[in-house]
Amino acid sequence: MKKEKTLLQEFVKGIDEINPVMKQALGLCPTLAVTVSAINGIAMALATTFVLMFSSLMISIIRKLIPSQVRIASYIVIIATFVTIADLVMKAKFPAMSKALGPFVPLIVVNCLILGRAEAFASKNNPLKALFDALGNGAGFLIVLFIMGSIRELFGSRTILGFHILPHSFEPMLIMILPAGAFITLGLLMGFKNAYTERVKRKEREDIVKNYRAVSKLESTNQGL
Amino acid sequence: MELLIIFLSASIVNNFVLSYFLGICPFIGVSNKISSAFSMGLATTFVMVLSATVSWLLFNMILVPYNLEFLQIPSFILVIASLVQFVEMVIKKVSQPIYRALGIFLPLITTNCAILGLALLISMREYSFLESIFFALGAGIGFIFALMIMAGIREELELTDVPKPFRGAPITLITAGLLALAFMGFAGMI
Repeated sequence: MKKEKTLLQEFVKGIDEINPVMKQALGLCPTLAVTVSAINGIAMALATTFVLMFSSLMISIIRKLIPSQVRIASYIVIIATFVTIADLVMKAKFPAMSKALGPFVPLIVVNCLILGRAEAFASKNNPLKALFDALGNGAGFLIVLFIMGSIRELFGSRTILGFHILPHSFEPMLIMILPAGAFITLGLLMGFKNAYTERVKRKEREDIVKNYRAVSKLESTNQGL
Repeated sequence: MELLIIFLSASIVNNFVLSYFLGICPFIGVSNKISSAFSMGLATTFVMVLSATVSWLLFNMILVPYNLEFLQIPSFILVIASLVQFVEMVIKKVSQPIYRALGIFLPLITTNCAILGLALLISMREYSFLESIFFALGAGIGFIFALMIMAGIREELELTDVPKPFRGAPITLITAGLLALAFMGFAGMI
């Protein structure tokens, strides 16, 4: 029972607490590049999650066999293997999507998110934990890419996932699907996320102070009696 | 003429950082000071030209004749990683001042997606040997441009009163967005 809970925690922390894009600023290149539409973002995130999952699992299984001097090189070879699989499968099954993502599927190899998780987590924990950690980080990545893609698609071409949302009278903002729009959207998104986290934290602090005051007041009245 | 167009297009019009989103990590990470931005840019350009040369030779002389194109990703990344290691050793042996200036940036370059992206783009677009070298040179110079402009802006940004949640990465990204907008002005040039 207790073990299951920790696995769940490993999963959840990747979505919010250590979200790869929002908190660690890892994997920014694909986040900015492929989120012209929501569906591209989802495809990219799924490919990344696939690679992240299997390479974390693999690295965690053989973590005791790898000498620490050559660990980075071995991680890269393992990651490159799974990226090749993902790339070839995508080329064969979804040629249009593979074309839309361009060089960014092979570039998953150098996505610092994957190497970061391998180095920081998978090389120190058992395979099951590593798998859940990878899934959580993948999910966090997916959420950010989906939100980015939706915002840019909504304002850039009036649709989300191909469904028309905004009326035709709305003039599409060309800047949103251009590179400049990607930078600005992500910057604003990160800023608002920071502001929100700050507010939640301040509220928690205030609550603690309030509780403390209430308790001490109670104690002093008790003493008075 | 063809070569000049490839060079200009890679350095200014289709700037690697600002329109292909390659090499964002060092762009956000190292663009604090103009001097370190320049060193980083120089080291990256050097490795870019070298790795473009080697990966072109590898792809067209070994992988294509033996039908091994599917090994492209692992072989390129291995070539880049060993090349960076090699360059680091050579610089350390040859010149201590250069090593002190560039040394710390070299390990970071291995995971810079601009290097691998460049090698992949070259094989994707089927550039000739000379074209690839000019493409790599242009990409490197463009990287230096973007990094130094950004570093200059960020040095000024240190002194301004940015709202607290936007300090650090968010305001840098928004600045980069405005910079990308400015670079779009070059689009009509070629």
